Amino acid sequence: MRAPISWLREFVELPADVSGRDLAAALIALGLEVETVDVVADVAGPVVVGRVNEIELLSEFKKPIRFCQVDVGEANGGVRGIVCGATNFEVGDLVVVALPGAVLPGGFEISARQTYGRTSDGMICSARELDLGDDHNGIMVLAAGSADVGRAASELLSFGEEVLDIAVTPDRGYALSIRGIAREAAFAYQLPFTDKALELADLPAPQSDAVPRGCGFEDPHACDVFTLRTIVDVDPGAQTPLWMSQRLLAAGMRPVSLIVDITNYVMLETGQPLHAFDADRVSGDLVARRARAGEQLETLDHVVRDLDPEDLVIADDSGPLALAGTMGGVTSEIDDRSRNILLEAAHFDPVVVARMSRRHKLSSEASRRFERGVDRVVAPYASGLAASLIIQLAGGHSTGLTGEEAPLDQHSISLSADLPARVAGMPIDADTTISSLRAVGCDVEIADESLVVTAPSWRPDLTDPADLVEEVIRLIGYDHIPSRLPSAPAGRGLTSEQALRRRASRDAVAFGLTEVLNYPFIGPADLDRCEIPSDDPRRNLVVLANPLSDEQPGIRTTLLPGLLNAAKRNAARGADSIAVFETGAVAFPLAGGPQVPPRLPVDRRPSDAELNELMSALPTQRRHLGAVLAGPIERRGWWGTGRNAQWSDAIRAAVGIIDDLGLSVATDAADFLPFHPGRCAVLTLTSQSSEVDPIVGYAGELHPRVCAAWDLPPRTCAFEFDLDMVIELATGYVPKGPEFYSMPVAKEDVALVVPIGTSAGAVADSLSRGAGPLLESIRLFDVYEGPQVGEGNKSLAFSLRFRAADRTLGVDELTAARDAAIDAVAADFGATLRV
Amino acid sequence: MSAPNKEYDPVEVSALDPAAIDAAQQAAVAAFAAAGDLDELKAARIEHSGDRSALALANREIGALPPAAKAEAGQRVGKARGAVKQALEARQVELEADRDARVLIEESVDVTLPVDRQLLGSRHPLSTVSERLADVFVAMGYEVAEGPEIEAEWFNFDALNLAPDHPARTMQDTFFVDSPDSGVVLRTHTSPVQIRALLERDLPVYVVCPGRVFRTDELDATHTPVFHQIEGLAVDEGITMADLKGTLDHLAASVFGEGLVTRLRPSYFPFTEPSAELDLQCFACRGASVNNPQAPCRTCGSEGWIEWGGCGMVNPRVLQACGIDSDRYSGFAFGMGLERTLMFRHDITDMRDMVEGDMRFSAAFGMEG
Repeated sequence: MRAPISWLREFVELPADVSGRDLAAALIALGLEVETVDVVADVAGPVVVGRVNEIELLSEFKKPIRFCQVDVGEANGGVRGIVCGATNFEVGDLVVVALPGAVLPGGFEISARQTYGRTSDGMICSARELDLGDDHNGIMVLAAGSADVGRAASELLSFGEEVLDIAVTPDRGYALSIRGIAREAAFAYQLPFTDKALELADLPAPQSDAVPRGCGFEDPHACDVFTLRTIVDVDPGAQTPLWMSQRLLAAGMRPVSLIVDITNYVMLETGQPLHAFDADRVSGDLVARRARAGEQLETLDHVVRDLDPEDLVIADDSGPLALAGTMGGVTSEIDDRSRNILLEAAHFDPVVVARMSRRHKLSSEASRRFERGVDRVVAPYASGLAASLIIQLAGGHSTGLTGEEAPLDQHSISLSADLPARVAGMPIDADTTISSLRAVGCDVEIADESLVVTAPSWRPDLTDPADLVEEVIRLIGYDHIPSRLPSAPAGRGLTSEQALRRRASRDAVAFGLTEVLNYPFIGPADLDRCEIPSDDPRRNLVVLANPLSDEQPGIRTTLLPGLLNAAKRNAARGADSIAVFETGAVAFPLAGGPQVPPRLPVDRRPSDAELNELMSALPTQRRHLGAVLAGPIERRGWWGTGRNAQWSDAIRAAVGIIDDLGLSVATDAADFLPFHPGRCAVLTLTSQSSEVDPIVGYAGELHPRVCAAWDLPPRTCAFEFDLDMVIELATGYVPKGPEFYSMPVAKEDVALVVPIGTSAGAVADSLSRGAGPLLESIRLFDVYEGPQVGEGNKSLAFSLRFRAADRTLGVDELTAARDAAIDAVAADFGATLRV
Repeated sequence: MSAPNKEYDPVEVSALDPAAIDAAQQAAVAAFAAAGDLDELKAARIEHSGDRSALALANREIGALPPAAKAEAGQRVGKARGAVKQALEARQVELEADRDARVLIEESVDVTLPVDRQLLGSRHPLSTVSERLADVFVAMGYEVAEGPEIEAEWFNFDALNLAPDHPARTMQDTFFVDSPDSGVVLRTHTSPVQIRALLERDLPVYVVCPGRVFRTDELDATHTPVFHQIEGLAVDEGITMADLKGTLDHLAASVFGEGLVTRLRPSYFPFTEPSAELDLQCFACRGASVNNPQAPCRTCGSEGWIEWGGCGMVNPRVLQACGIDSDRYSGFAFGMGLERTLMFRHDITDMRDMVEGDMRFSAAFGMEG
């Protein structure tokens, strides 16, 4: 809502020295969100009314140029020659002339200058150049006889008007009016306020020979007040006066035609939306009723709308004429021939209008007001004001008012007198409470310890004691609230899950990974680029009804597309080394297809069964941890060549993170896209109680086609695992103090020749089992394939460390343990000792 | 060389001449002093205190002396040999120290060579600032509460006093799952976690809820459809707006600097009543830039305050939906955007930097928020 200060001053006698900024600050403190204080038509210097005396057409240029002789009055130098590119004026027209020395909005300084071979001694202004509208089709022509030549234009046009631009919150519908904002301004400066909008305009007595049109409503829950004024014999050619169009423009509305402008003007001033029908295009009485199945209406925006039986329409004998409180229809529209006017002023239910507005994706100045609640009482006063303006500006007579009103069901609120103090945490006495509530328009009765409060008609938002408390405290001022720190009970700190999640992220960083936060939106093309098979569960997305992009309509089932996209962006921006990770949620639709959650009540706590049903209707959501690595993981330098990230780095990081969270991981070969079929490890959690070790994720090198599809270097690597699964199983994990011994260590290296396909992990397991309890650790330190070990074989060299808790190991027991280890591998894999 | 002289040898052995011994001692000491390195010292040692040196020979001759002369000669030779040994050792220490020092100089390196062999990782600052804010509350006894990002409308709207036709529902441009009637949305704020916390926990409840939220905004310098909030909720007996103000002041001082305070301005949120906008006193100028054109402040635009979030007293209707007796319990709630917090705290001008995943952005923040 844009509120020109001069308009507010008509409703409240603000001190003359109050500036727009002062008023804005005062209103902000009361809770009106004043976003900006704009100055419209910020014009300085000599801008005067001139008369065009002569027009010389200069035709040698690409567009028609006029060199005009304009009389700007003796005091301003008489007749001046001015070059003008517009053609919408004639000799004798009154125009606005900016003389040299004037400064127009935007800091545009006017001076005499040479142009098109003439000296232009000033500028003939358009409304747009003066910031009085966006009409730039031509210059501003003043109505004949409306001003004297040579007069300062500021006497006709309000230059430098300050306008408050206020973002009105949904609870304060009354602030969508000059009258409502003025009331707040009166609070701010503790001034008396008289609501002029509730004074009936002085109308000439109805003409006896014209019958006012009847009106009514069918459903009092949808429309509880409907009034109609009939005005006949107006002058269809009457123009909107300058003062009105300027106010409309300053308030952000475009002038259209006199009748429409008057309805808008009155709406801005009173908050009551009005609609004007051409009485000659309406047959019979008007009624507010629900639309009937199959009915259609072409609204003023020239959209033919199929009406819903829930829509509320204004209809005549022929059918729907307008969407109630939202937009009129073309068949009954006022035009430049309309002489007889029907002015509708009604009160519609906020929910009915909100639904209709949403259903038809049609938001208007009227619907915005009805959705937020319009003063139920003001309708006949507002239409009276509009009628008087019409008669004043376009002639004609009012033939009277018809209407129907449902009985007012007025609620009163019982407010405990000490509640404002208890909510604010500071003393507020009952007198302050009562006077504050009366100031906002409430009726307050005192009954023992409590107050019986009735909200004024323009404050339908005041329904609960808490609403009244807010009114009291905001009038006192939030800045009076003291600052006190409550003492919460002793907390337990982060949960184990939360602590482990932070730990996982820190671990990832320790492996050189940088955290990124990607959008969770993906689509089929992302999964195609990852080569995810068509029957893979990761293809089954939770889909959005209104995605930002049709290419990415779903929620991710894997973090990899987002990470690959981030990696691609880094690569495209010239990064050599890429190492990114993310922890984030993935989602899978419910197995049985989407379920509609129950619509639970809000007037009581839902039962546990209801809550369970609600929560089980949500898609499955799991937190994953994933990473992508490409390029040097060790940089090239004076120390030697660098080293590119490879499959083993991805496995190392994944296993290392899970291991640090306290779980053991086993790796095994896997064929799982988007990974390379020969360079991917499936990660399983070992030593779990389940019979089969659960799969937690995958790590390794990406499939070459995937690297290519994402424009990433060959051999880009990745991992992804179910972080929630790890944390669920690791929760409560407390590392045990390790046992280690100080007796001497005995080291044995063995090299074993095994068939080339044998997994090193399995050989190590076999060695460990064979070596028995004296084995402290085992580590593979070399792999060799070549002529020395024979075709189809490879040699695996392990370093074994043996130690006992209580003694130095003897040669015999050491040899026995070592031989047992070798025997085990020989038995399991046919390994032979390499000599 | 003479044979051992057990009885009596009338011949005076010249090597035991005191002058000669003295000379040998001096020659040895001079030779050691002259040795320039450990090799030279070794050669001098062999010559002057080796088995064949003059003093060694003299020592051996002592045995050939008559018993009466043995003591005196032994003393003289021993003294000389002691002095030589001492000189040798002293020089040895000196030259070893020289050598060690030289080795250290010879093996010195250029310490300005690059040392960045390994990649360093870093956290995203939105994660670390979220943890930092949460930690301030954890230190006060609050617990961290969480909820799903894909959420039931009942939690996201209805229970928060946003009835189906409430105009505030259209203010929040919501992503709907499957269809607008599905009853499932991407949560538009972290407030549904408040409802979950109130339903799941015993009173009193003091929780802080950080998380990721979604609205259908296009990405630009100041908007992103996926962003982060942190909310706090306290429901207890006797909670007031003064408690809210004190808690926010404490947060402001903890995160932005001692003595900084907050300001509340009346506003509207369906889930709080009374409601307020939350402003943070500008941590850069502390208000000194207001009406002071000489010292404008870029951080607050010379307003003295920075818009930070929203807050208020939990609407009794919200408590009612959670089965809480609003005559006995009251509560406050507040929330702020983490992207915005990060932008003004770290002077970041473009929100796109936070969402694009450029590693250089996170790297600038390291491990802490």
